[in-house]
Formats: sequence, structure tokens, C-alpha cells
Amino acid sequence: MGFSSDPTTNRQENVMNYQLSDVGALEAEAIHIIREVAAEFERPALLFSGGKDSILLLHMAIKAFAPAKVPFPIMHVDTGHNFDEVIQYRDRRVAETGVKLIVASVQEAIDKGLVTEETGPRASRNGLQTTALLEGIETHKFDALFGGARRDEEKARAKERVYSFRDEFGQWDPKGQRPELWNLYNGRHKQGEHFRVFPISNWTELDVWHYIADQKIDVPEIYYAHKRMVFERDGMWLADTPYITRMEGEELQERTVRFRTIGDASCTGAVDSDANDIHKVIEEVGATRVTERGATRADDRRTEAAMEDRKKEGYF
Amino acid sequence: MELLRLATAGSVDDGKSTLIGRLLYDSKSIFEDQLESIEATSEARGSETVDLALLTDGLRAEREQGITIDVAHRYFATPKRKFIIGDTPGHIQYTRNMVTGASVADLAIVLIDARKGVLEQSRRHAFIASLLRIPHIVLAVNKMDLVDYSEDVFNEIHADFTAFAAKLDVGDLTFIPMSALNGDNVVDRSENMPWYEGSTLLHHLEEVHIASDRNLVDARFPVQYVIRPQTPEHPDYRGYAGTVAGGVFKKGDEVIVLPSGFTSKVEAVETADGELEQAFPPMACTIRLEDEIDISRGDMICRTNNQPESGQDIEAMVCWMSEFSELKPNAKLALKHTTRSVRAMVKDLRYRLDINTLHRDEDATSLTLNEIGRVKLRTTQPLFFDEYRRNRMTGSFILIDEATNVTVGAGMIVGSGS
Repeated sequence: MGFSSDPTTNRQENVMNYQLSDVGALEAEAIHIIREVAAEFERPALLFSGGKDSILLLHMAIKAFAPAKVPFPIMHVDTGHNFDEVIQYRDRRVAETGVKLIVASVQEAIDKGLVTEETGPRASRNGLQTTALLEGIETHKFDALFGGARRDEEKARAKERVYSFRDEFGQWDPKGQRPELWNLYNGRHKQGEHFRVFPISNWTELDVWHYIADQKIDVPEIYYAHKRMVFERDGMWLADTPYITRMEGEELQERTVRFRTIGDASCTGAVDSDANDIHKVIEEVGATRVTERGATRADDRRTEAAMEDRKKEGYF
Repeated sequence: MELLRLATAGSVDDGKSTLIGRLLYDSKSIFEDQLESIEATSEARGSETVDLALLTDGLRAEREQGITIDVAHRYFATPKRKFIIGDTPGHIQYTRNMVTGASVADLAIVLIDARKGVLEQSRRHAFIASLLRIPHIVLAVNKMDLVDYSEDVFNEIHADFTAFAAKLDVGDLTFIPMSALNGDNVVDRSENMPWYEGSTLLHHLEEVHIASDRNLVDARFPVQYVIRPQTPEHPDYRGYAGTVAGGVFKKGDEVIVLPSGFTSKVEAVETADGELEQAFPPMACTIRLEDEIDISRGDMICRTNNQPESGQDIEAMVCWMSEFSELKPNAKLALKHTTRSVRAMVKDLRYRLDINTLHRDEDATSLTLNEIGRVKLRTTQPLFFDEYRRNRMTGSFILIDEATNVTVGAGMIVGSGS
């Protein structure tokens, strides 16, 4: 895709022409949605993983209400299988912004016996997040949760509304979605039901990086190329962490890699990369021929409809 | 770089999926893992060629039944523009989806199979595009390879459709002969149709002038959220946040606030990045006024000498979107218009429109799923509106069933009813 490799040229508003740039128009759309939710819902919260998409959301939420504070908390669904850099980033960001952090813990859900942990070398806590997430929503009586999902990520997400209705069990019904027209969003719901709201639905991975460059947003350093001990599984480089047991033949090696997505450390793969700064990342993403989830997410590879099935049960 | 939102309408038979696949493929927006995944699925189903429709059919039911049930969003970019495709299925029962996809589109591509000519379905798609005021329509006359790239066939379809479009309110209509399967006139110029001197589809999408499509004349700012930090650093700050729905706002403008009627001057137009020289649609910004007046969500800031219509009686074209209920006189519904939520009662159904023949049935007593009609409504509170044809943002509303909370209708304001 022929983007200019200089990110600053991408964001020039043509004021003479009364024309917003593409990223400027996407930002305006997202801020409109964030304000609409804050105005119409009683208890919204922002789902924050420390990944770039939720970092973007928090950045725009701060902009939407400046100079006042963000009028809702952020919630981290914590699998306990984290990259240290990401947790450090989260805590640093919370301290800087003064936003309130709520943690919904998968470990607690396991300890309380709400869920049973998968075992074996391919065990993942990804699926268990749904229980911790829904439990967090119920405890805090949230009626709207901002998520950083984008439609270009995955084929089920391509069909999901910006305001995604969830029933009292947190379920998504893909065939029964409300029509969504103009910029008129319908957030009406009954007690116990809630919405997932996706303000950056229309952004692509490249838009996200252009915006991070333009706004000089700080992201966890593992998004940039670094040396790391990894091993190969299913064509991905998985990081050596205490949360994965290597199988026979899975030898550790040191490589220069970066992460394109950040999720549970046990199922998020790294890619070979020399992109150690934002400009190189934009160049790399512009030239890549594989989608970010395809390259790096074991959780989406389980079946063809893995994402759709998890979403129906209440996943992000 | 500009953003262009386009809606595509047509059925699989017209080669719509192939066309979208071609645009994505030739602009290098299909990724290898996506291609591998649909290749594997095509093969598993015993199909000999790669079915590009699988790219847009995201849900399990769609893949299993080979149908498209909803609006799918696709993204691609060229060095000149970024594109968002709202892809909607074309069958008769999916008027609802096309209306949804068309509501924000700058341009619509209506597909025609060159062998079949202008069908009822093509007319329906063109009518919906005109009703929703999509400023630019492209008639993609596809499968030209199957009619020997005949100029006569193309000219006949051109004439047929032009005659029909004369009855519609279409701003800009462009005809392009193509073969999506072979790539003729999609991205590259066709060598098979030297008689065609116009643009290729992609060239047209990159070059069509969209900057003038917005209303930059009538200044409209529906107040979305009032920002009052009340902190030691900002004890008296009071800003009105929202999205500019029309016109241009700048410092010093004399403005009036509706419904109160108080006037003031714009002290500043700003975002978190700082003060703006001016704000225009669809910018999300904050306006501060020189005087302290009582303003809340749902109010409208506009220019003293250019105000929207204001009233509780409106007439509108309504598309009904529910399979579980009907629109009938005396029905009561929730209505959302700009940032204002009110209740509305259906006073009268003037007529139901047959969207294939454009015939007006004045004896109709209700609107059911996918039907469109002219309706008179009375609201509990005044609305501040413009005709939809003048401003899509201040001329549109949605209707919501108060019992189920489902969005059941889409309305385009024609004027004030009395």
C-alpha cells in the first residue's frame, strides 16, 4: 500500500479546502463515539490491555474531555500471563493520566473455582478471559465497555457494529444486530444488558501506527525490534516465558523480533523485525503481506470461526 | 490524504464480490494468510477456483449457506486516497442493509450484468442511493467479456438507465463498462474496449471530487457534551463539545443557541491539540462562548442569521427496518435526531412508495420490513432540523421501538409538517 513513509505528511489537514485528512476524519469519528457513550450511558468503562489499540482509545478519551478528566475508569482483564514491559507500561500510564484502573483477574476466577485452567503445552488462558471480563462487568455494573477492536483484524469483526449489543449473558447475536445509520447510535438497553463500543472500528493497523507517530504516543517497547529468547511453534516465534512449557524439539534461540499485537504471553507470537523505531514500523506494516492476527495469534487459529464463536459467548 | 466511503450494491450473480476482490487484490490489500484461508475453504468445498466472495462473507452461517446477511466493511488504500467499503447484499429482502450502508457513503457502485441489462434490482439500488443522497453513483456495467465487449450493449444500458435516473434526484452519475473477472477497466484500462474513453473504476474513485459534498454554508453545532472540569486549574471553564454538522465556526462568530434563543459570540473553537482557526464538518471540537448561558446536550448552536427549522411537526421519508412490527398511524416511538432524543407519534402515513416502479400508494395503511413511505410525525419536544437533501446530519433521524429498544426505522426529513 503506497503510504508515504514519512508519517507527518499523512496528517496534513487541508484547511483551505475544509478537508480533514483520513486519520483526522477517523479521529473525529472516534471522539464523537466516545462522547456519545459518556453522555448516554450511566456506567461506561474502557477495556485496557496495554496493547496499541486500547492505548489509542485512552489517548482519544483524554482528548475528548480535556481539560476535564476522563469521566470513566479503565478495566484491565488480567490473564496473569503478562509481558513485564506491558504491566510496567500500564502502571506508568495510569500514574501519568490519573485515570482510575480496575483489574479483573483471571487468576482470581481460577482461584474462586469459576473456571478451570487448560493444561498441557498448548494451554492458554485466552478463553478464560471471558469469565473474568463478564464477572468484572457484573461486579461494577458497567453498561458500556469501550474496546479497541477493528474491523480489518478479523472476518467476524468486519461485521460487528460500532455499538455492539450484549444480552444479560454477555452474548453477541450476529444475525440480530441493530441497524446502525449515519452517526446516530442507539444505546438503549434494559437492566443487566450492556454494550461493547468500538470507536476505532474503521481504522486499519497502518492508520493506528500513523496516528501513534503523529500524536507521539508512547507504547510498550516490545512493539519495537529487540533481542529476545524465542522458540518456534506453528510458524510463530513464541517468547520464552514462565507460562509456556516447550515441547520436544522446540529449541530456544535469540532473535531480533518485535510484537505486532500484545495479548496473553502464552499465545501471542513475535515476528522477525529490524523495525526499532516508529518510522521503520510504519514502513514494515505498509509492506507486510500477512494480517497481524494471522501472523501472531494462536487463539484465532483454532478453527475458522474461532473469533465468531468466542464473541458469541461474550469475548471482547 | 482524503477518506472516501463507498457503498456497493448488487448480488453475487452480478459479480460484486469478484469486483471487490479485484479492487482489494489489485491494490494489494488482500493478505497472504487471508488468501490461503479462502483457498483452503474453496478447495474443501470442492470448488475449482478461489471464491473471492469468501473474503467478505465473515460469519459461519454465511459461509455455510453461501449468502451474505449483513453489511461487511472492507478497507483499502492507494497513494491517493483511503477507502472504506460498506458492502451490502443486493437481494430484495436486504433493503434495510443497503440503507444502512448507504447512510454515510460518499459514492455508490451499482452493478449491472451486461447480459441482463437494467433489472428491477438495479433500479431499486439506484433509487435507494438517491433517497439517501449519496452524492456520486457509478453504474458498473459488468461482464462485458460475455457480450463481446460490445459498445452497442453498453450504449443501450446507458440510455435505459439514464431514462430511469431522470426521475431520481441524482447528482453525479458515471457509467463504466468493465469485466471484474478479467480486470478490464477496474484498475487497468481495457484493451478490449478501445471505444470507451472514460476513466477506469479505480481512477474514478481516486479522482471524483468529494470536497464540495458537505454543507459548508449552514453552521450547525448540536451540543453533545458539556465540559466543566471545576478543578483548581480550570475553575470556570465551560466548553460545549460536539461534532460540527454543517457550516464553519470561528472565533468572533455571532451565534444563537436553540431552543433558548440566547445569543452570544464564539470565544474560541478548540480541541485538545489547541485553538482552531475554524471548525468544519465532520470535526469533533469544543466551542466556548463569551457569555455564560445555560446550555445542555441536545441544544443547537448556529448563526443568528442562518437558523435551522424548528418545530414539533415533521414530514419525512421513512424506511421501516423491523420484521417484528409495522409502522402505523398513532404508533408511538422513540426518536433520535442529532444529539436530541424525544418521543414521536405517527400522525399520518401519506403514501407508501413502490421502490421498483416509484408508484405512490396513497391507500397504504402501514409500512412493513423494507418498505419506504412518506410519514408525518409529531414530537414531544421541538427538533432543530434541515431538509435531508440540504444536510444529511441535521436532516436524518432513527426511530426506536420503546418496548424492545431495537432500531426500527430510518428517517430523512422532507420538511416541516403542519
